[in-house]
Amino acid sequence: MALIEVSGVSKSFGAGSNRRDVLTDVSLTIERGEFVSIVGMMGCGKSTFLKIVVGLLAPDDGRVHINGLRVRGVQPNAAIVFQNYSLLPWFSALENVRLAVSAAFPDWTKERQREQASRHLEAVGLGKALHRRPNQLSGGMRQRVAIARAFATEPEMLFLDEPFGALDALTRESLQQELVRLSSAGERPVTTLMITNSVEEALLLSDRIVPMTRGARPLGHPVRVELRRPRTAGELMHDDHAAHVRAHVVSSLTRDLKPTTKQQVA
Amino acid sequence: MKRTANLLLPFVGIALALLVWGGLSTMVTDLPSPLKTWEESKVYILKPLEKRGEMDQGIALLAYYSLMRVARGFLLGIALATPLGFILGMSKTAMRMFDPIMQVLRPISPLAWLPLGLILFRKSEPAALFAIAVCSMWPTVINTMAGVRAIPQDYWNVAKVLRLSPLTTFAKIVVPATLPYMFTGFRLSLGIAWLVIVASEMLTGTPGVGGFLWQEYNSLIYAHILHAILTIGIVGFVLDRLMGIAEARLRAI
Repeated sequence: MALIEVSGVSKSFGAGSNRRDVLTDVSLTIERGEFVSIVGMMGCGKSTFLKIVVGLLAPDDGRVHINGLRVRGVQPNAAIVFQNYSLLPWFSALENVRLAVSAAFPDWTKERQREQASRHLEAVGLGKALHRRPNQLSGGMRQRVAIARAFATEPEMLFLDEPFGALDALTRESLQQELVRLSSAGERPVTTLMITNSVEEALLLSDRIVPMTRGARPLGHPVRVELRRPRTAGELMHDDHAAHVRAHVVSSLTRDLKPTTKQQVA
Repeated sequence: MKRTANLLLPFVGIALALLVWGGLSTMVTDLPSPLKTWEESKVYILKPLEKRGEMDQGIALLAYYSLMRVARGFLLGIALATPLGFILGMSKTAMRMFDPIMQVLRPISPLAWLPLGLILFRKSEPAALFAIAVCSMWPTVINTMAGVRAIPQDYWNVAKVLRLSPLTTFAKIVVPATLPYMFTGFRLSLGIAWLVIVASEMLTGTPGVGGFLWQEYNSLIYAHILHAILTIGIVGFVLDRLMGIAEARLRAI
């Protein structure tokens, strides 16, 4: 059975003439241990979709099942990384992570919770910045804290909402590699759903890429990325299969923008 | 050069104000001049801790009595106001229910609350505290409420994503996020409490700066009235500055 099953989800905002349909009849299935990316342009509703899957937002129509159970509210074994880090500015890096750990493992002793938090911060290279507050950290370091916070709760599912969108290219790349390392560190890879506007990022990380177009249409045809890991951006540039996947994703994203020209799928 | 000018300008302003005051005192018969005010009041300032009678005390002692009264009334006020602000900020129902009452109670003068306090408590001291608390609590209620409303959705999402209990959410997210707003409320509340103290002391005749002012008016010693007025202003200014510093510290986080 698939771990995450989304069927026929619709969502609109506003009412009357202001009504805006963001999602119409969207379905998606994610297998256990799979890394799926939804690639779409700004404003195509992909963040709304993620919020619904996560349980932060209720759909108008349709259902989300996780482990065969209908989702109501945020799952206990899920972790989420947002684009804007969502760290609490009045807490240090360690306290931010510890808050998540103590909520996820309330039965643990305080020392064990602290140890778990600092171990995960060390794993993302922040061992020396444990006691710094978010405003004393760079954007990349903040997102490392957010990633450490997510993994410190030992989640079964990981949801990433444009996690590297606010970072410069170099930081982005090193954090992507870090993410790969962390999500495959356990016995089996953490089931991950990532939202991104970068086809390259999706190619680098995913097992499957799902294009999402603007205008509340069903999702495009998913495409499987059959490349061994670890992948590097350099390899992807010259790989034939990567080129094929890239062309497929780009063409399904742009098809609707130019309805008169026929796009060739490589 | 510019910095020295900036430091000196307030003193120029004070000198000008003293000149205007001096000019006025030559025209109005009962208004004492700055010099006369100083001559007649210096015993209070030079011996600030001397106690000669119930009202005839050094200015530091009088100010101390008033400050203690303000402190108690203010603490009572914010002890009521802060929880009320949180409740109104977090619950739309509570807000709709109590907003009209609040809007009606807010503009009522301390002079109107004091008689009610005297009826309720039958003594002047608790009546004064009641008046201070009821008058000074509103800025704290309103700012706390606004602070809770202004919490970014991001932080609520953090609470949901980490599945924090309501109590943890309150302690770790709502209170820290609201703290700067609360302190703005505290500062404004303290300002009002200090305004109310004079009125309540004047009406109840209790020892303090306000009580002193009223007694000296009745004894026709006008220089002491001006002395009391200046004291009230300066103490109020210092209080506001101290709260301002505390507030700035919080905002720096």
